[in-house]
Order: sequence, then structure tokens, then C-alpha cells
Amino acid sequence: MLAIKLAFKNIIGAGFRTFLNIAVLSFAFVVIIWHNGVIDGWNKQARRDTIEWEIGRGQLWHPTFDPLDFLSYQDAHAPLSETVQALVEEGQLTPILIAQASAFPQGRMQGVILKGIDPGQKILKIPSGLLEARNGQIPALIGSRMADDIRMKEGDQLLIRWRDKNGTFDALEVIIAGVFDCNVPTIDGGQIWLPLESLRQMLNMPGEATLLVAGENYTGGDAEPWVFRSQDYLLADLDLIIQSKKGGGAIIYGLLLVIALLAIFDTQVLSIFRRQKEIGTYIALGMTRWQVVGIFTVEGSVYSILAILLGALYGAPLLWYTAKVGWALPAASTDMGISIAERIYPVYGAGLIAATIVLVVLASTIVSFLPARKIARLNPTDALKGKIQ
Amino acid sequence: MKNIAILIFPALFLFAFGLAPDANEILKKVEENMSSKNRVFESEMVIHGRRGKRTITARTYSVGDKQSFTEYLSPAREAGTKMLKLENQLWIYSPATDRTIQISGHLLRQSVMGSDLSYEDMMDDRKLTEVYSAKTIGEEVLDGRKTYVLELTAKVDDAAYNRRKMWVDAERYVPLREDLFAKGGQLLKRTILSNVQQIEGRWFPLTIVFKDMLKDGGGTEFRMTKVQFNQDIPAYLFTKAALKQ
Repeated sequence: MLAIKLAFKNIIGAGFRTFLNIAVLSFAFVVIIWHNGVIDGWNKQARRDTIEWEIGRGQLWHPTFDPLDFLSYQDAHAPLSETVQALVEEGQLTPILIAQASAFPQGRMQGVILKGIDPGQKILKIPSGLLEARNGQIPALIGSRMADDIRMKEGDQLLIRWRDKNGTFDALEVIIAGVFDCNVPTIDGGQIWLPLESLRQMLNMPGEATLLVAGENYTGGDAEPWVFRSQDYLLADLDLIIQSKKGGGAIIYGLLLVIALLAIFDTQVLSIFRRQKEIGTYIALGMTRWQVVGIFTVEGSVYSILAILLGALYGAPLLWYTAKVGWALPAASTDMGISIAERIYPVYGAGLIAATIVLVVLASTIVSFLPARKIARLNPTDALKGKIQ
Repeated sequence: MKNIAILIFPALFLFAFGLAPDANEILKKVEENMSSKNRVFESEMVIHGRRGKRTITARTYSVGDKQSFTEYLSPAREAGTKMLKLENQLWIYSPATDRTIQISGHLLRQSVMGSDLSYEDMMDDRKLTEVYSAKTIGEEVLDGRKTYVLELTAKVDDAAYNRRKMWVDAERYVPLREDLFAKGGQLLKRTILSNVQQIEGRWFPLTIVFKDMLKDGGGTEFRMTKVQFNQDIPAYLFTKAALKQ
């Protein structure tokens, strides 16, 4: 208790120098919480959007389907067995058929992926209801990125060419029935969504699918020949990206924290150098050397406590405000190929704040202890005389 | 009078029908002209794009329809690039990277050097008589030459084009124009053949213009500057090892 009282008295006595140390440390404290909050907010939003728009509760893949290998698309399709078809009718699964094709917007050729989806499905958030047949023309749905890319809007006609199951060319014009806006680029860029039955007819693949998306009520695992891919499996890439972003951010706020801690370290070194008489007096009054080391170490820790208090003073409203209005990302960020919203809403969990407090206090205590260890080696008589050692 | 008409019209019809050769016969004669045991030719490919045109020259060695080896000679950017086709496999060697890559799957749909030809167009090497049943649907004069107009309908499931329309020179049995249609009837590609010359006893078109009808642009002109048939082509040319030599 004595150590804490003395520590407070001493560092408040240091005036402006103390204020600078506390200000820098509090800034690092707020930045750490903000950065991690942004990453956590992004993580939460990206996972939620990917589940809602693309992967559902998991997916059943054709055994040869590899989303990263376009060459696999040609053969990765199979008819649905009676059991699987029954699950589709119960609304537990929704089939998706995938094929490669070429589109000809404004007379230029562009490779695209055709995806067939049941217009009546309720598992994914894709507005597939817009794919209900209209005026004998096949309706198509595209994402906003794709719409920008091929300069198309609702109501426009788009010519597409594809090869059916036997390799025979076919072509027709589809009508853009809607442009959807979503944060999951893997269902948007370079893709055209068509009614499942139309695509099956176009490809001469009646009753077939490439994969099935599982809904909340799906309880099964693999369903011969389909291989079940869980949410964790399908989100693994996203998790890795977020981990790497977290790592990259840690370097930046780590540097900020190091600067703040260096300031505390310097202050401590200076204090021990200038307050030798005081150290000698403590020892002469009966304190052990390690008790004196304790006083100086606590002084360093008190910097962190004051920094946290100061940080809370201006950081709390600031962080609350950022959580409320979000952080708008530059337009190009949404084209990076990963799920990222145009505005990220940081999430500041209690665990994050507690962990950051522990980190700042622990780091300050350690950097205060390191120079204070020198006190244990001081000669008390020389210290009392103020002799530099 | 009525009885005479009944007798004359069928007779005229049979006479006219008898004069036009059978469509499959026409197709066979076309294939006799167009195919050979082997062939060596030098060519210029003029690609008319949106931003102008560029010319690529190449030398090609081919045996039947199954094997071919092409070396690009100019421009400097393409010089040294080699392409080898063996049956249904295709490899490209790029001197810049010193790598040989196999073209398959979706890459086959890419255009060859930015032209209106795709790699898969080059891979379609079956004889027309094997894939299509032909029907003569009329006669037309094309660029001053009488032609038989044939309609080719796929008789196998895996034909690349469900229907083709071909204008065949009635005297020289060389196609002068061909339209390729999608299953749904959309015109996909058009080929115009010209500069027909007699080479080593056969009629052969030396200029072919390919046009992807779904794309903008002026098409791709393919001119053969030197053609030799039935040459001694070393077998090693049709191996992957020859690509790096």
C-alpha cells in the first residue's frame, strides 16, 4: 500500500513528463482496442454474410468438385438420388449446378460461371425469387460487382454461349432480372445466376447438381456420392485471412506500444539515476533493497493504470461512436476478393478490453522492473551520499 | 392437259434432282481436296481487333488431322512460341518463360493469339462425314461461282456445332463459305474461304477469314503463303521434346 501511495506521489510530482508518458501509453491502449475491434467486427460480419449468402450450414459437394479448379467443373455434376431429392423437397438442401460459359457484353467476350439455383429456395439470401420465368425469356441474376464489370443493369439483355454435357455449342440471350448487392465476392464476380431447371435444360443435365447447400435444419453428413463440407471447412480460408490481418495489425500497434514503453523505461532509468539519495534513505529507514525495487516497479505500473483511465476518458466515447457509425472502407477494398462490407462496425468485447488492460499493465510493469533491478546492487552508503554508481 | 402436267412436273423434278450430286458425295469430294496425308505450310494470321490489326506469321507441319506442330515466326513477341497438337491434347511452349503448358479445360475456350479462333476450334479434327449428315438445300452464286448449299446436321451427340451450312464450289469442290450454328439456331461463327488455287493436283483455298459472330471486330484472316502436301516430315516434330528445341 505504501509503495502505491509513494508511486502515485512521485509520478504526479514529475508533472509534464508523466503526462506525456501517460498520453502516449493511453493512445496505444485505445488504438489496440480499436484495431482488434475492427478485425473482430469484420470477422463477425464476413462469417455471417458468407453463411447467409453462400455456404449455409455447410455444403454437399460432388466428389470431384474443387471451387478453385475450374477444370473440375466440367465433370463435377451428378443426378440427385431419391434420398437427397427428398431432403431438397423438405427444404433441408438446395441444389446448385455450375458450368463454364462465355458472355458477350457490348460485343466483347468474357469468361463467366453459370450457376443454377432454385428460384423458390429459402436457404440462401440470394434473391432467387427474381428468377421466376418471365415472357418466355430466361431471367438472370448478377451481383453488383459483375454488373459494374460488364456494364449491365436490370432489364438489359446478355448473350451467353456455352457447351452442353456433350460439348455442343449453344447460345441465347438472357434478361437481367435483378442486380443484387452483397459483401461475398465469391457469389458475385464473373458469375451469372440462372433458374436451376433452365440451366439443367441448357446443359442437357436433367435433375443434376454440382453441390447442395444445407439449411439450418439439415442434420445429415455425407450423402453418397456427395461429400459434406462443414462451415468450419468452408470458412477456413476466411479465418486464415483474418488471422493474417490481425498479425499485420499487431506489428503496427506493437510499434506504438513499444514507443510508449520506451518512454516509461527512459523515465525509470532517469529516476533511478537522479533519486539515489532517496533510494539510500529508504534502505537506511529499514526497507530491503527488493522493497525499494518494488516501489519503483509499482511507479511504472501506475503509469499504465493512469494511461488506462485517461484512455477510458476519451477512448470510450470515441470507440462507442466508431461502433455506432462504422468505418467506411475505400471503394476498391470491396473488390479484393474476400468478404468485406463497405462499412465495418467494430465489435469491442469485454474479453478484448480485459486482455488489452492486462497487456498494457504487464508490459509497463516489466519495463519498469528492468531498470529498477539496478537498485538491488546499489551500495546504500554511497547511495545516501548521492554518489553516482 | 392436266394429265400432261401430272407427268411432266415429276419428270422435271426427278431430272433436276438427278443433276445435283448427292450431298454426302459433295462432302466426300470436299474432304478429298481439303485433307492430305500431311502438309507443310507457312501462314500469316491477320487479326483485326478494335484497336487496329496485327499480323502473326507461322510455319505448320501437320499429319492428317490428328497431329500438328506450329512454330510462330513473327512478330518478335510471339517468335519462338510453339504449339503441338496430338489427338485431343494441346501443348504450348513459350520461349519467354521456357515453359511448356498443356491447354485443357476452360483454357481451350481462350482465343489463339487474340484471334477469332479458339484452341478448341483447332482441336475439332473429326471428318465432317463422320459427324454430320449432309443435305443439299439449294444452289447459289457466290462471288461469281456456282455453289451447292449444303446443310449439315449432327448425327452424333458430341458434335461441337449442331448445324452447319456450307457453300461448296460446284466445279472445284472447295468450300467457299461456312456458317456454324448453335443448338438453339444462333449463328456463332462464319468462315469465308477464297484465293482457291490448284496445288499438286487439288484445289485448295489459301485464304480463310474466321469471324466469331457474337464478338465485335473484323475477324481473323488466315493466309497460307506456301503450301506443300505429302512431304517427309520427321516424326520427332510431333513430340513434346521438339517444343523446346
